[in-house]
Amino acid sequence: MTPTGLEVSPFFTLVWWVTAIGIVVAAWSVVFLRDVLKAALALIGSFLGVAGMFVMLNAEFLAAIQVLLYAGAISILIIFAVLLTRDVFRGNPSNRFERLAFFLAGALMFFLTFVIIATPWGQLKDAQLSPEAQAGVAQVFSNTTPIIGQLLVQEYVLPFEVASVLLLAAILGAIVLVREE
Amino acid sequence: MLAPIGLEHFLVLSGALFSIGLYGALAKKNAVVVLMSIELMFNAVNVAVVAFSRYIAPATTAQLPDTARFLLTGQVFAVFVITVAAAEVALGLALVLAIYRLRATVHVTEMNLMKQ
Repeated sequence: MTPTGLEVSPFFTLVWWVTAIGIVVAAWSVVFLRDVLKAALALIGSFLGVAGMFVMLNAEFLAAIQVLLYAGAISILIIFAVLLTRDVFRGNPSNRFERLAFFLAGALMFFLTFVIIATPWGQLKDAQLSPEAQAGVAQVFSNTTPIIGQLLVQEYVLPFEVASVLLLAAILGAIVLVREE
Repeated sequence: MLAPIGLEHFLVLSGALFSIGLYGALAKKNAVVVLMSIELMFNAVNVAVVAFSRYIAPATTAQLPDTARFLLTGQVFAVFVITVAAAEVALGLALVLAIYRLRATVHVTEMNLMKQ
């Protein structure tokens, strides 16, 4: 879809850059902070920033899920694990692969950035859409939640059911693993 | 003045987030921090698929008969990724707690029971 009025506005660009820099700084803190508890709090900040990105991508339903599941449930689980293991005082040390991993991750980042910039996405994005098609696309992205619901119980009903079995197995497995004998 | 935000911006952000997560998952000793880094990588992938759904899907699915069904495939993928991430982190942390109870450590370098 061609950019609409809001997306080319300087305000959108400014908000995007602030959110993006916030996400990267928070993710960097997760990896490099010495205090594991503070790293978990930085992780929540990163999750909230990604929720903001979803809002900017017209995915409001995903943004809500992101806040509920990631910033709510998963981060609480992680903070519980940090507190229960009482290993906080040992800090957040690196193993002996630190330099190799840093080099690998940096090389991957440069490679991905190069590929993303070199790929001619414009040919895909600027394909000519008829006015009716553009109106339809705009309508879909103005209210995504009912369409996601329909997709989940029609096209993707099998993965949907498999996901429920997976969650059930995960619940049982977690209970069995941490149960007191 | 900064360029308007497009697909490339979201993809580069996603790549940076994924690389930071990869570094954390490979280089950290604390198993909980490794799990946190894996969550960062999941988030990076979600940003990428939702950006593709927003910027690429409209142009490539416009010729199909029922466009609305295919536009949001990326968002449905992200829903499934989030589901799997929730299951993964619950089981991973249960494993970490079980190992902590047995060995009193959460450092992956000291989880070498099968090596001894």
